[in-house]
Amino acid sequence: MDPECAQLLPALCAVLVDPRQPVADDTCLEKLLDWFKTVTEGESSVVLLQEHPCLVELLSHVLKVQDLSSGVLSFSLRLAGTFAAQENCFQYLQVRSTPSSPCRETPACLWPRRPVSSWCTSWLCPCEVEPRGSPACRGVTGPRVPRRSWITLKSPCAPRPPPSSPVFSSSDGSLWETVARALSCLGPTHMGPLALGILKLEHCPQALRTQAFQVLLQPLACVLKATVQAPGPPGLLDGTADDATTVDTLLASKSSCAGLLCRTLAHLEELQPLPQRPSPWPQASLLGATVTVLRLCDGSAAPASSVGGHLCGTLAGCVRVQRAALDFLGTLSQGTGPQELVTQALAVLLECLESPGSSPTVLKKAFQATLRWLLSSPKTPGCSDLGPLIPQFLRELFPVLQKRLCHPCWEVRDSALEFLTQLSRHWGGQADFRCALLASEVPQLALQLLQDPESYVRASAVTAMGQLSSQGLHAPTSPEHAEARQSLFLELLHILSVDSEGFPRRAVMQVFTEWLRDGHADAAQDTEQFVATVLQAASRDLDWEVRAQGLELALVFLGQTLGPPRTHCPYAVALPEVAPAQPLTEALRALCHVGLFDFAFCALFDCDRPVAQKSCDLLLFLRDKIASYSSLREARGSPNTASAEATLPRWRAGEQAQPPGDQEPEAVLAMLRSLDLEGLRSTLAESSDHVEKSPQSLLQDMLATGGFLQGDEADCY
Amino acid sequence: MKLYCLSGHPTLPCNVLKFKSTTIMLDCGLDMTSTLNFLPLPLVQSPRLSNLPGWSLKDGNAFLDKELKECSGHVFVDSVPEFCLPETELIDLSTVDVILISNYHCMMALPYITEHTGFTGTVYATEPTVQIGRLLMEELVNFIERVPKAQSASLWKNKDIQRLLPSPLKDAVEVSTWRRCYTMQEVNSALSKIQLVGYSQKIELFGAVQVTPLSSGYALGSSNWIIQSHYEKVSYVSGSSLLTTHPQPMDQASLKNSDVLVLTGLTQIPTANPDGMVGEFCSNLALTVRNGGNVLVPCYPSGVIYDLLECLYQYIDSAGLSSVPLYFISPVANSSLEFSQIFAEWLCHNKQSKVYLPEPPFPHAELIQTNKLKHYPSIHGDFSNDFRQPCVVFTGHPSLRFGDVVHFMELWGKSSLNTVIFTEPDFSYLEALAPYQPLAMKCIYCPIDTRLNFIQVSKLLKEVQPLHVVCPEQYTQPPPAQSHRMDLMIDCQPPAMSYRRAEVLALPFKRRYEKIEIMPELADSLVPMEIKPGISLATVSAVLHTKDNKHLLQPPPRPAQPTSGKKRKRVSDDVPDCKVLKPLLSGSIPVEQFVQTLEKQHGFSDIKVEDTAKGHIVLLQEAETLIQIEEDSTHIICDNDEMLRVRLRDLVLKFLQKF
Repeated sequence: MDPECAQLLPALCAVLVDPRQPVADDTCLEKLLDWFKTVTEGESSVVLLQEHPCLVELLSHVLKVQDLSSGVLSFSLRLAGTFAAQENCFQYLQVRSTPSSPCRETPACLWPRRPVSSWCTSWLCPCEVEPRGSPACRGVTGPRVPRRSWITLKSPCAPRPPPSSPVFSSSDGSLWETVARALSCLGPTHMGPLALGILKLEHCPQALRTQAFQVLLQPLACVLKATVQAPGPPGLLDGTADDATTVDTLLASKSSCAGLLCRTLAHLEELQPLPQRPSPWPQASLLGATVTVLRLCDGSAAPASSVGGHLCGTLAGCVRVQRAALDFLGTLSQGTGPQELVTQALAVLLECLESPGSSPTVLKKAFQATLRWLLSSPKTPGCSDLGPLIPQFLRELFPVLQKRLCHPCWEVRDSALEFLTQLSRHWGGQADFRCALLASEVPQLALQLLQDPESYVRASAVTAMGQLSSQGLHAPTSPEHAEARQSLFLELLHILSVDSEGFPRRAVMQVFTEWLRDGHADAAQDTEQFVATVLQAASRDLDWEVRAQGLELALVFLGQTLGPPRTHCPYAVALPEVAPAQPLTEALRALCHVGLFDFAFCALFDCDRPVAQKSCDLLLFLRDKIASYSSLREARGSPNTASAEATLPRWRAGEQAQPPGDQEPEAVLAMLRSLDLEGLRSTLAESSDHVEKSPQSLLQDMLATGGFLQGDEADCY
Repeated sequence: MKLYCLSGHPTLPCNVLKFKSTTIMLDCGLDMTSTLNFLPLPLVQSPRLSNLPGWSLKDGNAFLDKELKECSGHVFVDSVPEFCLPETELIDLSTVDVILISNYHCMMALPYITEHTGFTGTVYATEPTVQIGRLLMEELVNFIERVPKAQSASLWKNKDIQRLLPSPLKDAVEVSTWRRCYTMQEVNSALSKIQLVGYSQKIELFGAVQVTPLSSGYALGSSNWIIQSHYEKVSYVSGSSLLTTHPQPMDQASLKNSDVLVLTGLTQIPTANPDGMVGEFCSNLALTVRNGGNVLVPCYPSGVIYDLLECLYQYIDSAGLSSVPLYFISPVANSSLEFSQIFAEWLCHNKQSKVYLPEPPFPHAELIQTNKLKHYPSIHGDFSNDFRQPCVVFTGHPSLRFGDVVHFMELWGKSSLNTVIFTEPDFSYLEALAPYQPLAMKCIYCPIDTRLNFIQVSKLLKEVQPLHVVCPEQYTQPPPAQSHRMDLMIDCQPPAMSYRRAEVLALPFKRRYEKIEIMPELADSLVPMEIKPGISLATVSAVLHTKDNKHLLQPPPRPAQPTSGKKRKRVSDDVPDCKVLKPLLSGSIPVEQFVQTLEKQHGFSDIKVEDTAKGHIVLLQEAETLIQIEEDSTHIICDNDEMLRVRLRDLVLKFLQKF
């Protein structure tokens, strides 16, 4: 911790424990916590606590102060958790802190190696929202109203004689018993996060994990039970579905039902990719339940009971649940499921994409989920569950996509274009896909959208057309579309030159860079001309991102002309230098010819820092590259730098040489060597807001809110 | 209070409310779905339609083949289309005092009622309702009259014959009451009986009740009605919308504290979200036109078409369709487009404020100016010169049985490039298309119904909290095709009372109070006495004067001076005797205490107390005496023991306050 911050810390701690002092908003506390995390990663927590007794004071005091804001309380507890994650620090806190502090109440023997911090964060989270005596917490200890909810959760673990091993082992009962009890006592609203926390732990008794997983699955099990006619696949329905409180929550009101299902789906989504997720993972049941939830949302599910009938009414048209279910359905694409369920999943996705009732946000999620399913399928049809279904699915998908590309709502057109881009990026080489796409009107519609009134849509259309064109999919191959195939470059160039919004122009630059990189026909035909035209258009652009992307394109061109950038990995086995494509002088002449130097030097003095930075990197790369040609260094006589030096003031002014590319390579090289590029790079690396982003500034801000710095060095912004 | 239900169609209601001494008809909807059973009336001779084979019975009997024609497995009546009228036998319609119209779709049966039932009352409606209603009627009459059909089929209506017909003809209800369309003369006469009203205007009906129209947010000038007396309030909600479209927003607050809320005219497609449908409409329109196909939109000449045109105004440029002509063909197209622009005060706030810029409230004015939208009275005349394809045509009638739409169906039906997009929710699109089968043209069903859905109804009812809800029976159960959707019905407490066609409902509330005014000089003479804190009573002797449903207490006439003459007194000269008044009693008898007193002070030991519906009976068994204590009376029934009766009476009096 730097001394300036150390100096401010005691005052800040005093502000935090003083309920009369206004505390800056929660985001400040979050930032402070982040800062502490960074600090504890860098140095020992114990040393930190020893050097700053005010922190121990803070942690001890927060529990005594009445009327402390829940934000500060939560912050302090999480801070304690952050410190206690290190064993010695945990013990230090136990000794130093007051009797009521968190670490004092937890016996040392219960210190588990890693879990404490996750406990402190994951377990306390549900309780933070209801400090003091909430019903959820009361349930754990019986009628006694706890002073602080988190203490209550821990207090039943009476101190025990230390077990033989000082390391907390998973066989240690009492803490887990408490958790197990909490799991069965908390309401469905709070059970979920706790169950998720348990399942994310690495060391945890199997019985508790099983219990937690059942808790997590309960809402979906209820849904499944309420809608299936015959008993479904095992795993989800076993014994969990009859939980009355879960059913009550699902039936209580629309918002409680939607809330519970959304949380459950989000928890499961979080859990699914983790290595420690429960095994066996009930993929089939989850797939079935998620499809059912989506069917309940679109009103097509057939209820099997009165609960099901009620759910039908509650969930019909519920966009929130629909979105959460689509997210989870997308995640489920990573596993395999029975063919029948996969078919159902694809069908429900297609219906969702097709349905006029789907809102733009739902459509976006449906596109994303569909994409995940399609991408999860191995590229060789016939090898997966999905393979045989794909051709038929694509045949049905493209008419839907066509319709969505014509939707009056721009968000829908935008999502559809993004979907098209992603899909063709991954599937563009597949015959089935190419056939279905070219038989549809999708390419023409996407082309039309280059003229969309909404700039986001134009940008997405540019990206989509660029992608389609890279794969020869932007227009049918029949002769009457020859013109359309050729004119795309000009059309994109037109957008780059005249579009009033930045997004489409940025997208065009990205497409051109991709084209150059991949050797797209339009770029490969006359590369120098292509690069020259694009750079000239980009150099005039007012949007810094377009100019930065221009540098990216220049870098690709450099790589192609002079060989790829060297890898800077110090451990890499040195590879023989790749022979350049052409002699250096010729290469440099080409660079001059396309106006690359003009562009790069202008960019070096760009008023937008990222552009200057990027240009600096590019020129450094160029210099290093040239330096490797020892022959040139020897050949160098006395370069005439006069012409380049004469151009320098114009570059500074942001003007290009007229006509561009009239520099002599030699002169440019000399100029390159004479500039202090390293110095420039380090100056540019320091961001202009580095002062405002510093922890010191954060502490000052928070103190200023508390009125501590008044008249002194008041922060004026 | 009674409700006579004359229509079974939930969105085309016709109910009669008897309230106090008035008879009020609520709406006058005309069920036009009956026309789906008839063959279309082609504007231009259609060989296809005229060559359809006649229908014959299974046994080959072909006696109906002149009246019934067969097309792709469906049987149609080859005759002038007929409409299903509201019930006319349930109540003598000549007794109806007033008709309240809620929106222009719900007045289409008006000429049948005002011109043929002896109706002599007044019709109340807002100005846009009347003007646009007139346009709808004019269009309807025009559509039917300009294609005169010699034949009128009636044989099939014979009950014995109807039984033999295939569905849906076999199941058509009340076919004997179906009537041909009215004439323009009848329309004019009916409309002349309308009195224009404005939102929140209070209209007195015979001093008995007051009716007030409120904005309902569904269409230009559409209204809900409040019918109230001093102590009772009935709300009539018909065709309301909470969506922001062109009309003024719905006035919900004024519906609060109703004793009865009659709820009709909810959305016919509760699962379709209008926004999604508009999106669907635009997408399909663009895809068709892009491929060189034409789009046909069967529609009414007013209403949703304004919103669709506004939507297209924004959409066609973005979709690169600016050069595609939009045609609006209706005998009243011009008037409809113009009327919509002049009813500024009836529009939503957004559109109202445009008028002050000054700009036309609807952007279709600009579409017309830039020649993107053209309108014609019919396909004959100028239209045929201007006609360019591909194009988008808006025209009526949505039933596809008459109007210019019939011509376009015949013209474009054979090509799969063309699309017909159904936006009006009133007719089943499959039934509408039946006489055009087989059809190559694409059909898209995106019904746009902005009226309340069940979620909105549930919120509305929570908000306004009526004591009782009355609604068509269709709203009290989920739609037959989605019987599991319990959310698609009205859910309220107490459960809604439902009605069906030809049913009479006794509305579940009693009138308990009536307002009576008191003359100032009489009021002056009153001497109130406080009997409880805040409650004072005074006795009054007066003459109750009732006229025009208003009641007035006047001072009694002075007693006549005794005349010396021997004039014979006439009965009518009798004035009320102002005798010395007995004290008035108030309070209630605490039964337990009363019984205790009887036991302790009066020595009765065999007292039995029975609870009755209205109070208690105290039984003195040996004395064979009954004391009936009720809310407003006490009877002592005791045979031949006057002493005992007086004792008991005095005891009862002890428990009551006197003044």
